[in-house]
Amino acid sequence: MPVTLLETKLITKSFAGVRALNSVSFDLLEGEVHALIGENGAGKSTLIRVITGAIQADSGTLTIRGCPVPHNDPGVARSLGIAAIYQQPSLFPHLTVAENIALTLESGGAWRKVNWKERNRRARELIERIGGSIHPERLVSTLSMPEQQIVEIARAIGADAKILIMDEPTASLADREVASLFKIITLLRGQGAGIIYISHRLEEISAIAERVTVLRDGETVATRSMENVDKTTLIGMMVGRELSTVFPKRAVPMGGELIELRGVSNRAGGLRDISLSVRSGEILGVAGLVGSGRTQLAETLFGLTPADSGEISVSGTSVRITSPAQAIDLGIGYVPEDRRRHGVVLELPIAANTSLASLKIVARNGLIDRNKERALAVRYLHQLRIKATSVYSETGSLSGGNQQKVALARWLAIDPKILILDEPTQGVDVGSKAEIHGLMMDLAERGLAIIMISSELPEILGMSDRIAVMHQGTIAGVLSREEATQQKILSLAVN
Amino acid sequence: MTTHRREISVALAILALAILLAFVAPGYFSRENLIDLFLANVPVLIVALGMTIVILIGQIDISVGSIFAICGVSAGLFAKSGAPALLTALGACSVGAILGALNGALVAYVRIPSIVVTLASMVALRDALRWQTQGAWVQDLPAGFQWLGFSQSSYPYMSLVVAVVLSWGMAWGLRNLGAGRAVYATGSNEEGARLAGIHTRVVTFCAFGIMGALTGFAATLNAVRFNQIPSNAGLGLEMKVIAAVVVGGAAITGGRGTIVGTVLGVILLGAIGPALTFLGISAYWERAAQGGIILAAIVLDAVRSRTSQPGQEKHGSHLAASRA
Repeated sequence: MPVTLLETKLITKSFAGVRALNSVSFDLLEGEVHALIGENGAGKSTLIRVITGAIQADSGTLTIRGCPVPHNDPGVARSLGIAAIYQQPSLFPHLTVAENIALTLESGGAWRKVNWKERNRRARELIERIGGSIHPERLVSTLSMPEQQIVEIARAIGADAKILIMDEPTASLADREVASLFKIITLLRGQGAGIIYISHRLEEISAIAERVTVLRDGETVATRSMENVDKTTLIGMMVGRELSTVFPKRAVPMGGELIELRGVSNRAGGLRDISLSVRSGEILGVAGLVGSGRTQLAETLFGLTPADSGEISVSGTSVRITSPAQAIDLGIGYVPEDRRRHGVVLELPIAANTSLASLKIVARNGLIDRNKERALAVRYLHQLRIKATSVYSETGSLSGGNQQKVALARWLAIDPKILILDEPTQGVDVGSKAEIHGLMMDLAERGLAIIMISSELPEILGMSDRIAVMHQGTIAGVLSREEATQQKILSLAVN
Repeated sequence: MTTHRREISVALAILALAILLAFVAPGYFSRENLIDLFLANVPVLIVALGMTIVILIGQIDISVGSIFAICGVSAGLFAKSGAPALLTALGACSVGAILGALNGALVAYVRIPSIVVTLASMVALRDALRWQTQGAWVQDLPAGFQWLGFSQSSYPYMSLVVAVVLSWGMAWGLRNLGAGRAVYATGSNEEGARLAGIHTRVVTFCAFGIMGALTGFAATLNAVRFNQIPSNAGLGLEMKVIAAVVVGGAAITGGRGTIVGTVLGVILLGAIGPALTFLGISAYWERAAQGGIILAAIVLDAVRSRTSQPGQEKHGSHLAASRA
C-alpha cells in the first residue's frame, strides 16, 4: 500500500462571495502522477494555490504525509516538500543556473560567504539527477524554455520536494521536449515523488497519469483510475454544467457578410489559416481554451498585430488592417479582455472615456466640442444604464459592471459595424451580465456583426448564432447554434 | 474642491510667503526686485510648460539644460549673422525642436526609456557644445539683440504677455483639444490609449519635440537679458523645472497634472530663494528650502493616496474637475 503524500478534505474557498472551491477533496500517493483537469475557471488554480499556501482555504483540511497542516503559507508548504512548476518558468533571468537553484536552497545569514564551488557542484548534481546537462554558470536568460523547466525541477528536487505540482508544463514545449519531460517525470516517480499534473491535453494525461480528478465549477466531479476512462467520458465530466441562466436570445434577421477572413495567418500571434465570416445581425461566439489564439484573433482584426498573410474583407472590400486607428475608421470596435488595464482609462471621467475612440467626431478640427461630448456620454449613460452620479465621475470609482459598460459605450460611440467583445462579462455581477447580454441583442438587431470571445460555455451557447472553436491558433471547427453542445465545443477545443 | 487640492495648497503657500515678506521685508515688493525675479523665472516657466507635457505622458526629459545652452548660443550666433529678432527666436526654437525630436524618436520609436535617452543627450550635447565653443562665450552681440529689440522698459511687459499667452494656451489646449486628451490618456494608460486608437507613439514624439521648441524659446528669452551668452547656461535647469512641475501636483508616473499647478510651482520655487535673502537668511539655504518644499509635496501625495479609499484613490484628474 503506497503512502498518501497529500490529502485535502472538503476544501472551500470564496472570493468576494463567489465560491471558487466547494468541498473539494483530493489526494496524491507516493510515486503517482495524478492529473487534475477541468474547464477554464473550474477551480484548478485555486486548489493549487491552497496547496502551495499562496491563499488560505475558508474551511477544510490539508494533510501532508498524515500530518494536518492547520496554517499553510508558502514557507510552510516549501518546508513540507511542496513545489510548483508553472507554465511560464519563474526563474531570475539575470542570475546563473546555480544561483537560481541556490536561492531557495541555501540558508544562512546575510553575511555568510558563498562557496561558489559547492554551489555549482550541487547545481550540476541536481540537474544530472533528472538527466539534464546544463552548465551551472550559464545565465538563465540564455536557456531555452525546456532547459528552464529542467532548472525549475532541479530546484524543486533540491529542496527535497516530494510533492510536485506541474501546471500546464507542456504548453510551450515541442513534442520531442515533451517526451524528455515525461522521462524526467518517470524518473521522479521512481524516486518516490508524487506529481499533480494539470493539463488540457487529454492524450498526454492518458500517457502519463495513473489517476485523474475532474473539477467543474469549483466542485470535484469524480476521481477515476486512468484505465477506466476514455476521452469522451472525461469531456462529459468536464462539461455538464447546467444552463441555469436564461439568455435574452432573439431571432434577428441577418444581412450580408460584414467581415470575412480567408486564410488569415499571423506568425507573431501564432494564428494559422483562419477562415471565418460574420454577417450583419449575427453573433459569432469564439470558444477555445486560454492560449488557443482567441485574443490574438481579435488583436489581428483590430490591427494590433497585423496579419501577415491571407485576406480580410470588410463589407465586401478587401482591406489590410495595420493599426487600431485604421480599424476604427473601418467601423471595427474592440472591447478588450482586461477591462481595468486596457478597456477604460480609470483616471479619466466617464465622458472622456466614452469619447476617447471617437475624438475624430467629437473633436472636429482638434477642438473638443464639450456639449457634443456631454451629449454623447449622457446618451450612453442612459442607454446602457450606467450607474454614476455624473458623466464627469471618474471611471475608476465605478463598479466592475459599470466600467465594462463604459468600455462598451466607447465603442458604441464610434457607431461600429463590427464589434469584437473579449470576455464581455468576466468579473461582472449577475445583474450587469444580463444587461450586457440584452444590449448585445439590441446591437445585433440594429445590424451589427458581433464577435464574442468567451470562456463561459453557457454564455457561448446561449448568445451565439454560430460558434467557432479555436485550438492552437487554428479554427478547429464551426458549429451552428442548433448542433452545438458543451461536449462538442470542448472536444473540439481539446482536440 | 478636493480635486484641485494641490493647486490650492501651493497657492496658499505662496500667499503665506507673501504676507510674511510684506511684514518683515516689504522691500521684496519693490518694482525692481519683482521685475528682476520675473525676468529670471520666465525662461524657467516656459521650459516647465514643456516639461509638464512630457511628465503628463509619463516620460521625463533631463536634457533640457543642455538643449537650453545650445539654443542660447545658437540664438546669439543667428543674431550675429544679422538675423532679425523674430528670426533669431524662431531659429533657436527650431534647433531646440530638432534636438527634442531626436530624444522623442529614440523614446517613441526605438523604445528606449526616456531617462536613459535624455541622460545620454544631456551629457553628449553639453560636451559637444563645450568642445565646439571651447568654452568661449558669445560676445559682441548686435545692439538689436538685447531685449529682443524692445526697450528695456517695455521688455518686461512683452515677456509677461508671452508668459501668460503661452501658459493659457497650453492649459486651454490640454483641456479642449483632442491632442490634449490624447496626452492624458497616453500618460494614464498607454496600452489602453493605444487600444482606443490613439497614436501613442506620435503623442510621445511630439511631446518631446514641443519640449525642445519651448526650451529653445526660453533660451532666447534668457539670452537677451545679457550682453553676452554663456556657453554653460542652463546647468541644473532640468532639476529646477522638474521640481516645479512635481510641486505643482503632476504625477511623475504620468496622467495627472495641470498647467495651473506648474505655474504655481514655478512661482513658489522661484520666489523662495530671493525671499530668504530678504528675510536675512543666508542664500546658502535656498537649495535646502526648495528641497524641503519638494519633499513636503511628495510626502503630502503619499499620505493622501494612502488615506483615500482604494478605487477612488485615482487622484481626481483635472478633466473631472473642469466641468464638475
